Amino acid sequence: MTATAEHGESHGGMRLMYIVWVWLIVLTVAEVLLAYFQVPLTVMLLLLIGMSLIKSVLIMAYFMHLRFDRASLTWTLIPAMVICILLMCIFFPDSVRLGSIGLFD
Amino acid sequence: MSETETNVETTTSLWGGGVTPYKGISHIKLGMWLFIISDALTFSALLFGYAYLRNASPNWPDPFKFFPSILVSTLMTFCLLTSSLTMVLAVHHSQHGDRAKAFKWILATMLGGMAFLVLHANEWRELIHHGMTTFSNPWGDSMFGATFFTITGLHMTHVLSGVIYLGVVAWRLERRKTFDDEVEVAGLYWHFVDLVWMFVFPLLYLMSVDMGGN
Repeated sequence: MTATAEHGESHGGMRLMYIVWVWLIVLTVAEVLLAYFQVPLTVMLLLLIGMSLIKSVLIMAYFMHLRFDRASLTWTLIPAMVICILLMCIFFPDSVRLGSIGLFD
Repeated sequence: MSETETNVETTTSLWGGGVTPYKGISHIKLGMWLFIISDALTFSALLFGYAYLRNASPNWPDPFKFFPSILVSTLMTFCLLTSSLTMVLAVHHSQHGDRAKAFKWILATMLGGMAFLVLHANEWRELIHHGMTTFSNPWGDSMFGATFFTITGLHMTHVLSGVIYLGVVAWRLERRKTFDDEVEVAGLYWHFVDLVWMFVFPLLYLMSVDMGGN
């Protein structure tokens, strides 16, 4: 056990990668089941976004081994991306307005 | 963190130069990461555009039957996720100096990517056969086709270029022209393509399941 931990210090060890892969598959199956059981759309959207965020964090932290790189890399990349993506939300109220004036009717 | 590195950090002023915050991260790796972030924003903008139009539209279509569309796209997701795992194996072996194994796992990754492309192309063919174009479709709002083909098309382009990229890296690995970094950086790109699909799949497919009734 200690040997594996030492061996995988720089890239997390393959055992951990298999576990991450299993979790990604489990989350995907859970997402598909949501669609299968026809959960209300708003609830489904929130759950899907939540699970997709967890999956993307798993992929970035372990498969892209951001967790095992220098923290400065994460701090350079992730906050800027998150802020830019959040800024895009500013358009959403306008889509409600378009819907209310019936532009697409 | 090595001892010399700690010394440098404590004795040199950060403003004196000669200290990099990215010690141990190669230029091509940082470059790939910056590309990935900008590409992630491109996909985000497209997905936001899709969400915007869908939110404004009163009759957004939900054309995907659970069988076969959703099951096939779930299989596609499985292909991509598994190809990510084989890419991790390739990077693992290349970092341990086992070129032959790394080469084989890169080929396995390419196979996963190609399986994804074949399944996806077949799905496009079927949708086009049903009369879906970027301007119209038989189910509802015409913008559905535009957003669907744009987002999945751009993603397919990424998968295709990823397969070609991996082919080049495998070829260079075989010819002993490449170094570990290059396999790792190709891996970063491949995982990113997988990551994007983790948003495209639920938002485009799972949110558009035909709930039956018609």
